[in-house]
Amino acid sequence: MDVADVLWRLAAVLLAFLLLPLIVGQAEHKAMAHMQGRVGPMYAGGFHGWAQLVADGVKFAQKEDIVPEGADRRIFQLAPAVALLPYLVVLIVIPVGDGDAVGQAVDAGVFFVLAVMGVGVLGSLMGGWASANKFSLLGGLRTAAQLLAYELPMLLAAASVAMAAGTLSLPGILESWQWWWLLWQITGGLVFFTAGLAELQRPPFDAPVADSEIIFGAFTEYTGLRFALFLLAEYAGIVVLSALTAVLFLGGWHGPAAADLGWVWTLLKTAVLAFVVIWLRVSYPRLREDQIQRLAWTVLVPLALFQIALTGVVKVVIQ
Amino acid sequence: MPVPGSGLAKGLAVTLRTMTRRSVTAHYPDTLPQLPPRSRGVIALFEENCTVCMLCARECPDWCIYIDSHKETVPPAAPGGRERSRNVLDRFAIDFSLCMYCGICIDVCPFDALFWSPEFEYAETDIRDLTHERDKLREWMWTVPEPPPLDPAAEEPKEVGAARKTADKLAAQQAEAEAEAEADAEPGAGAASEAPGTDREQGNGGQGGAS
Repeated sequence: MDVADVLWRLAAVLLAFLLLPLIVGQAEHKAMAHMQGRVGPMYAGGFHGWAQLVADGVKFAQKEDIVPEGADRRIFQLAPAVALLPYLVVLIVIPVGDGDAVGQAVDAGVFFVLAVMGVGVLGSLMGGWASANKFSLLGGLRTAAQLLAYELPMLLAAASVAMAAGTLSLPGILESWQWWWLLWQITGGLVFFTAGLAELQRPPFDAPVADSEIIFGAFTEYTGLRFALFLLAEYAGIVVLSALTAVLFLGGWHGPAAADLGWVWTLLKTAVLAFVVIWLRVSYPRLREDQIQRLAWTVLVPLALFQIALTGVVKVVIQ
Repeated sequence: MPVPGSGLAKGLAVTLRTMTRRSVTAHYPDTLPQLPPRSRGVIALFEENCTVCMLCARECPDWCIYIDSHKETVPPAAPGGRERSRNVLDRFAIDFSLCMYCGICIDVCPFDALFWSPEFEYAETDIRDLTHERDKLREWMWTVPEPPPLDPAAEEPKEVGAARKTADKLAAQQAEAEAEAEADAEPGAGAASEAPGTDREQGNGGQGGAS
């Protein structure tokens, strides 16, 4: 692996990191609008408002960057980067196609991905704590509670797939993936996806950022580009979660003509899952904080444990 | 008892179904709205009908109509008659920043000089520009639609009835006059020469036949 190869891969990952969240964001604008009988942005860029997010970005860049007087200045300014960068790092290890089509294959891929994604949530926690604002603090604490509650079922569900494949490497999991794993791992898949939604603080699990009760929670004091980075982190998180679910539970690049079109399958599955994320946001009202906790501990954790038991039993029976 | 989670599926179905349907958004600046009949957009002035009676300005609840006029004397119609004076409209303005679109001025106008126009795109960047003078109000007159047709079997409009009554009265008067003229002419017909008689018959043959 020479320098040019590394640079090319990094550039590709960076491009995907910059492009895919915007595409998801635009899709959310339009899909959400049509699900509510509206048309969404129509003017920016000329054709059905395709450049709306570019316009939004320009607007955010023009705004004043304010740091509250009582805030912990350095932590406050660092938080958006902490929220955003982990998703960029995770994208590097997600395999897009068969064989070599991955930024960098990591042996302990599942472990690495889950650990780094957990860091992303720390960004909101830092922002919430450092803002010197009650709403921000509330939001940050809710974020922390949610992270604690949902990291466990997410880990357990991912561990089930790793058990089934006998490896922690993401490309390795895909190598040994069979179509009937879809049914075998479906409970784990649902738990993983739901828990991922909760970690991203996406509706219906958006109590930590609930704009109508605690004014965007940890982001209350943020303006301009830093606020935009937090939003971008949310959409990058959707991309990463959808891609990870597609890779772990839906077979990633597996599909007809997988040898040539493997990357199309990965992107297609990711896109469908991202659409589901948007769809859920439009359809369901926000869960209350105690409902969120109860769902995690009384539903998702038992389901994930059941999935692990099932995976173990089937694995032993097969051998 | 419903299946647990069926409500969740129902919610997803509703949003998905809505997405496949046409949106209800009105694309206003690109396509103009279909306004219902009798839309109250702006008040237009048919200044030819205005007699400067000031009723509209006095009835206006927020005093947004400004009228200036002067008197002119009209020379007598017949020689030896009396001179008549007539009001001439100098200024008619409506301040649409005050107007509350109650339409009382239109109802109260006895000469049908004020009308509702459906025109609504007259926003201004300065509130003072919302006082529109008579030329602008007269222009809006061109946008006043013809009144929508009455419901079937509706009562005849009063003005139509009044007009018909007047027309009938006039026709009756004329017929009477014709008959009198004919009666006057009849006795002399034998004494007169042939030619004027044929002339007259050509002139009002129809009425002559009827009487």
